[in-house]
Amino acid sequence: MTSEARNRLIAIGAIVVAGAALAWIAFGSIGENLVYYWKPSEMLAQGTKAYGATVRLGGVVVPGSVSWNSEHTIVTFTVADTHKPDAAKVNVRSEQVPPQMFREGIGVVVEGSFAADQIFRSSRLMVNHSNEYRAPGDGGMPDDAWKKSLSQADEKS
Amino acid sequence: MPKWAPLISLVLVIALMIVHAASASARAWVWKVLAGFGAIGVVVVVYFGLFFAPREAYMSDVGRIIYVHIPFVWMCMVGFTVNVVCAVGYLFKANWKLDALAEASAEVGIFFGACGVTMGSIWARPTWGVWWDWDPRLISTTVMLLVYVGYLAFRSFTEDPDRRAAWSAAGVILGYVTLPITWFSVQWWNSLHQRQSDSQTVDPAMRVGYLFSTVAFLALFFVFVFKRYEISRSRQSSALELPPLQAPAVKPEVSA
Repeated sequence: MTSEARNRLIAIGAIVVAGAALAWIAFGSIGENLVYYWKPSEMLAQGTKAYGATVRLGGVVVPGSVSWNSEHTIVTFTVADTHKPDAAKVNVRSEQVPPQMFREGIGVVVEGSFAADQIFRSSRLMVNHSNEYRAPGDGGMPDDAWKKSLSQADEKS
Repeated sequence: MPKWAPLISLVLVIALMIVHAASASARAWVWKVLAGFGAIGVVVVVYFGLFFAPREAYMSDVGRIIYVHIPFVWMCMVGFTVNVVCAVGYLFKANWKLDALAEASAEVGIFFGACGVTMGSIWARPTWGVWWDWDPRLISTTVMLLVYVGYLAFRSFTEDPDRRAAWSAAGVILGYVTLPITWFSVQWWNSLHQRQSDSQTVDPAMRVGYLFSTVAFLALFFVFVFKRYEISRSRQSSALELPPLQAPAVKPEVSA
């Protein structure tokens, strides 16, 4: 076999293997084993097995559920699968100061553990913003508030 | 920025690339025009992004990073795509120019990828609250960049040009699988990273900015790849002309 014919064979072999690998990942069940976070419904479906383990929980902050303790060091809120009123919900208690983007209705990913008292205690709170980028209109955060919260974050870290 | 600016400049940049590819005599100056356009384009993007474009409603000034984060990552993906086309091309028709172009585009792709990831990390700190987290998009991007770093490492450790070209091409065809995985990771798995934006989710005044920025960086991408390609070609010619321990009887044809 000439080296040119060998190279063509290598090319076809590599393309076939690469295509098969991609198809396996895209259409196979690998997604079920690669879990970055559970939605509330997925975590609740685990039942007692979800208690105690360190997991990530992701969802949206239910509007009206955010409250702070008097020293402003602990924030509690409810995370739901979606914005629908009947979506599964989990109560979260976080001791971490949330990022500036944190607000009612936004996506969050919290790291921590769920317990039998049905409260998810979080040690790490991340905000999951959407792919929407809009000019300020109604409801946007005023720029001064942003700068203020940024400087607060600097002092604390 | 006028709505037509990205499209007009894209047509212009692609036309110049075609002129460069088609005419050997134009090769001396086309890259200089593209470098000039890219440099001016970056200045325009900096002014547009920092001062002209509106603030993002929730992220305020932090949202302005989209004008560099998105184009950088796109140029990385363009680089790796050029690379895989050259790799397949080399295996079907052993042409040293394709081997040199594959090497150049992979290296420039890694550069833009590293810049894009850095920008993403800077963006993540004030918005997500963390510099980094191992979510599916960030894992797949890291794996993709490491695959291409490995590709370059493999190439530099392999002495024989024929073996280097053939086996690195075969390897990088397999490695290219990481690119669609990275692209679709935000759709296939729960992820902290947001999904791809489209015209429905971005204010038109912002969209025009990152599209124009993409064209400006495409021009620079072309210049980087072309200069890096020339380096690869000169390395090839010196490697192919001087086989170790024996004087060349006949100069081998470099431009196959």
